[in-house]
Amino acid sequence: MSTITFTTTEEHGLLRETAGKLLADRSPSERVRELMATDDGFAPQEWAETVAMGWAALPVPEELGGAGYGWTEVAVLAEQMGRSLWCAPWLSSAVLATAALLSARGELADQLLTALASGERRATLAHRSSGLRWDGAALHGTARFVLDGGTADVLLVPASSDEGPVLVAVERTLDEVATTVLPTLDLTRKQADVAFDGAPGRVVAAGDAASTAVERAVRVGAAMLANEQVGGTARVLEESVAYGRSRLQFGRAIGSYQALKHRMADTLKELEAARSAAYHAARALDGDDLHEVAVATAMAASYCSEVYERAAGNNIQNHGGIGFTWEHDAHLHFKRAKTSKLLFGGPTRWRAALADTLGL
Amino acid sequence: MSQTLAPTDQQQLVQEALDALFDSHPPASTDHVEFWGAQYDAGLAWVQFPVGKGGLGVNPRLQALVNDAITEAGGSVANRRRNVLAIGMGAPVLATHGTAAQQDQWLRPMFTNEEIWCQLFSEPGAGSDLAGLATSAVPEGDTWVVNGQKVWTTYAHTSRWGMLVTRTDPDVPKHAGMTYFVLDMQAPGVEVKPLYQITGEAEFNEVWLTDVHVPDEHRIAEVGEGWTVAMTTLSNERVAIGSNIPERGEGTIRHAVEAWQAVEHRDDPVARDRLMQLWVESEAMRLTAIRANENRKAGNPGPEGSTGKLQWAELNKAITEFGMDLIGDEGMLYPPGYAFSSPELSATTRDEGLHQLYLRARANSIEGGTSEIMKNILGERVLGLPGEPRADKNIPWKEIPRG
Repeated sequence: MSTITFTTTEEHGLLRETAGKLLADRSPSERVRELMATDDGFAPQEWAETVAMGWAALPVPEELGGAGYGWTEVAVLAEQMGRSLWCAPWLSSAVLATAALLSARGELADQLLTALASGERRATLAHRSSGLRWDGAALHGTARFVLDGGTADVLLVPASSDEGPVLVAVERTLDEVATTVLPTLDLTRKQADVAFDGAPGRVVAAGDAASTAVERAVRVGAAMLANEQVGGTARVLEESVAYGRSRLQFGRAIGSYQALKHRMADTLKELEAARSAAYHAARALDGDDLHEVAVATAMAASYCSEVYERAAGNNIQNHGGIGFTWEHDAHLHFKRAKTSKLLFGGPTRWRAALADTLGL
Repeated sequence: MSQTLAPTDQQQLVQEALDALFDSHPPASTDHVEFWGAQYDAGLAWVQFPVGKGGLGVNPRLQALVNDAITEAGGSVANRRRNVLAIGMGAPVLATHGTAAQQDQWLRPMFTNEEIWCQLFSEPGAGSDLAGLATSAVPEGDTWVVNGQKVWTTYAHTSRWGMLVTRTDPDVPKHAGMTYFVLDMQAPGVEVKPLYQITGEAEFNEVWLTDVHVPDEHRIAEVGEGWTVAMTTLSNERVAIGSNIPERGEGTIRHAVEAWQAVEHRDDPVARDRLMQLWVESEAMRLTAIRANENRKAGNPGPEGSTGKLQWAELNKAITEFGMDLIGDEGMLYPPGYAFSSPELSATTRDEGLHQLYLRARANSIEGGTSEIMKNILGERVLGLPGEPRADKNIPWKEIPRG
């Protein structure tokens, strides 16, 4: 294992600041609420604006039109996005699909990477799908819980074939593809079931390369999501603290009561540990130590999920009645937190994988 | 003076002093006490202290260079651990608040370990609320007469000197009426008794002080400034506690992992999940310590430097509770037995088995600031939440209810 470090560059600071300001401006509560009420769940022109700033291109190599950075830099963005509950096809296209394609590479993957980085197209990965069948020319079966499955241009779908596992790219607008938008708990991130009735497509990766691409994408997705969860946790803690200072009961600011103060202190303790786990996972992904990638991503995925979930739940409690209203943003984080926890299989699954990795 | 030197010049100054010291006193072959004395004289005991007081007036970070060099050359830095309260806390207090005469009297022999020090702060009636302490010091000529009881005193039975906080003015609010002394532990009226803890050992002592006469020249800082001096001591305590980072998988979690590896079938998914929860939190805590160190070194410390004590304490309890469950029937036993002895080293620096750790961990969330106090600090000083209303504010100490 190489030496663990958290050193940051000037660019990280700049990226954090720019993203923080932009998202505070573009993704205030009112805007999140407007977008979450739409079917698509995002605004194409706002997505285009951030793509133009290179937000979809960070981990893509320069020869493919990318910025040639790594997941460490994407994680800086992720944290800011988590703070503001940004509604965008970022996780589906710029993280999951991009990570799968970066793992697969090859002519088709590279074409798609260029298109995703430039914003010309959006893709997603049907990472929860199982039982789909590729007959050599067409795809059969239904992929469930596909992130932005109702709006992505290209669907990357893992399937089985006579030659083993494949990762197939399918155009969503084909007649043989039917999407059903799901009634999600978290309205800020859309999901769909996608049925393929003999849909033609192109094989992006086959055999081990296909399984590896999906596994890698899930690890990258979980690690980036962990950084998003850190941003969300920091945000709800700030909200709780602000309310604890301003809300008076029995003639005192409620944040002076230890029952509340200690709960917030516990959240701070967990936030800082989660931050370390999430930052380290992103850095591990940029290294070439696969054992460390396995350890770090499983840690971040399991720990940050639970920390955000607890913090978001506590935030409702810390606010009392107002925290239970639709009008207050506490529920938006609460729902985002639960969904984020379950999106890549849940902490128990990650911990079992970690135990396997550690031989315990 | 030398702090104005450029970092490279400071490093060169230290290196030259080291070379000269090693020439005159080869670390591997010189008697430890003699070597430590020469090290003090060379200004390499606390490099940030002034010249003539065990230092060279350079950046304290350069101390690590000195310690590493001594270890590599086959010398010993064990004095720092054996006399940790003196070298880690007493010395900074003397450097900050002591007179030149006090510094000259105490710094060198504490560094050579010829004089061990202890800390006489906590009392039966003043634990978390240290500023409520009741041990009195009453002036009598050019001495002070001290009466009271101190508790949780590490090393009291082997100490030559004690850092003592007393109440000298009961008629003013509690923080204002305290004075700090260095106590001669061999003075008449000082009585030390071992305090047996739940492990059956006595790492700590109770100290009774009955009409003990303390010369005024052993007073540190002005009368009434005891609280400020005590805070200097405690801030250095937190620095001393938080500095060493174990390797991955080391520390308390190792005991739970070993207990799991000894389980016959290892087919309990609930236990396995719990083990990994604890492993992950241990590792996240370790990473946070690394991150905190880096940020501190970069001159950019943040909240990540304040959460470690709370997390460490609570996690140690959780891990050892789980470990005892894992070993099942063996968890009903206490293999080391209850020995009723006074170990030479504090248990936090010894390598103990799961059973001992399980009991010892209960103190982790009490000593050095209870978890409740740590949460108040995090809540109030880091998050900026308002404090609890205080019932003892602005009233004379003697009118504060006690019990």
